Amino acid sequence: MNRFLVPLGAFALLAVVLGIGIHRSADKGIIVSPLIGKPVPPFDLASLTDPGRKVSSQQLKGRAYLLNVWGSWCVTCREEHEMLLSIQKSNRVPLIGLNWQDQEAPALEWLEKLGNPYEMVLVDANGHTAIDLGVTGAPETFLVDASGIVTYKRVGAITPEIWRQDILPKLPAR
Amino acid sequence: MSRLPLQPFARRAISQLCAALLVLLTALPLRAIDITELPNPELQTRYKALTHELRCMQCQNQSIADSPVGLASDLRGEVREMLIAGKSDDDIRDFMVARYGEFILFRPRFSPRNAWLWLMPAVLLALGAFVAVRIVRQRSKLVDVDDAAIDDDVRGPGKT
Repeated sequence: MNRFLVPLGAFALLAVVLGIGIHRSADKGIIVSPLIGKPVPPFDLASLTDPGRKVSSQQLKGRAYLLNVWGSWCVTCREEHEMLLSIQKSNRVPLIGLNWQDQEAPALEWLEKLGNPYEMVLVDANGHTAIDLGVTGAPETFLVDASGIVTYKRVGAITPEIWRQDILPKLPAR
Repeated sequence: MSRLPLQPFARRAISQLCAALLVLLTALPLRAIDITELPNPELQTRYKALTHELRCMQCQNQSIADSPVGLASDLRGEVREMLIAGKSDDDIRDFMVARYGEFILFRPRFSPRNAWLWLMPAVLLALGAFVAVRIVRQRSKLVDVDDAAIDDDVRGPGKT
């Protein structure tokens, strides 16, 4: 009997390790952003709808906002768009768009055709802001609090569940 | 089916064609995604090494040197600019890790958090060697016992 004890123990250990792995596999591929809890990287970007106007991260301080990275080439952004429009309607938190790896004409056409959920859209023309934010794809959304700290990051589309469970509780009470 | 003997010139033409095709095939992997050139060979070497050890976060299993996506080319541009600005390789790695996390490095750095990852192979090797030695020792002891038993079976007890 004793000679089965060691293999059995090894098997049990392996089962536990693999069990934890399977349990966690739902989060597989999602990398926790090192930015959480840190100030949003400073930016100073031109507005998409008003190219003469520049908006900086400093100017946005003072209230919480959702920074949503999108591009007119991005299929999942198209799926997310309805949700963004209803977030705008809820009037809980302003949406700031970050137009990434995109062209002006298709981006403007997108907003005109599908509706504009953003308070303003900033253009990341050289991709530096996206790199500073650690953007790995679109859509991605950052929740920045009133003091300019990133408190949450969503990789992929915001769904009604994500909005209810992950974002709403982090917003300042009305 | 009858086979016509090939004329010598036809044979030569075919072998030349085959050779040409072979040369073309070897040229296929040379369609590089990245054609960046840095001002000096030393920077170029470091650029090549760095872009090969940074993960393309959009595709995850390619390095930024091998990936055609926009983000990878933006990151290559960042590496290029930092190299020209005189930043060290470690500065560039730190810059990337601060934004994307350790995951961007194909070769994880040694830290208390991932020490087990680095030490595990040595530990497992030692464990395996220990078990192997024990098994071999036990078996070699068994040989004497087994021999005696077999000898008994074959020859019958008491006969030699």
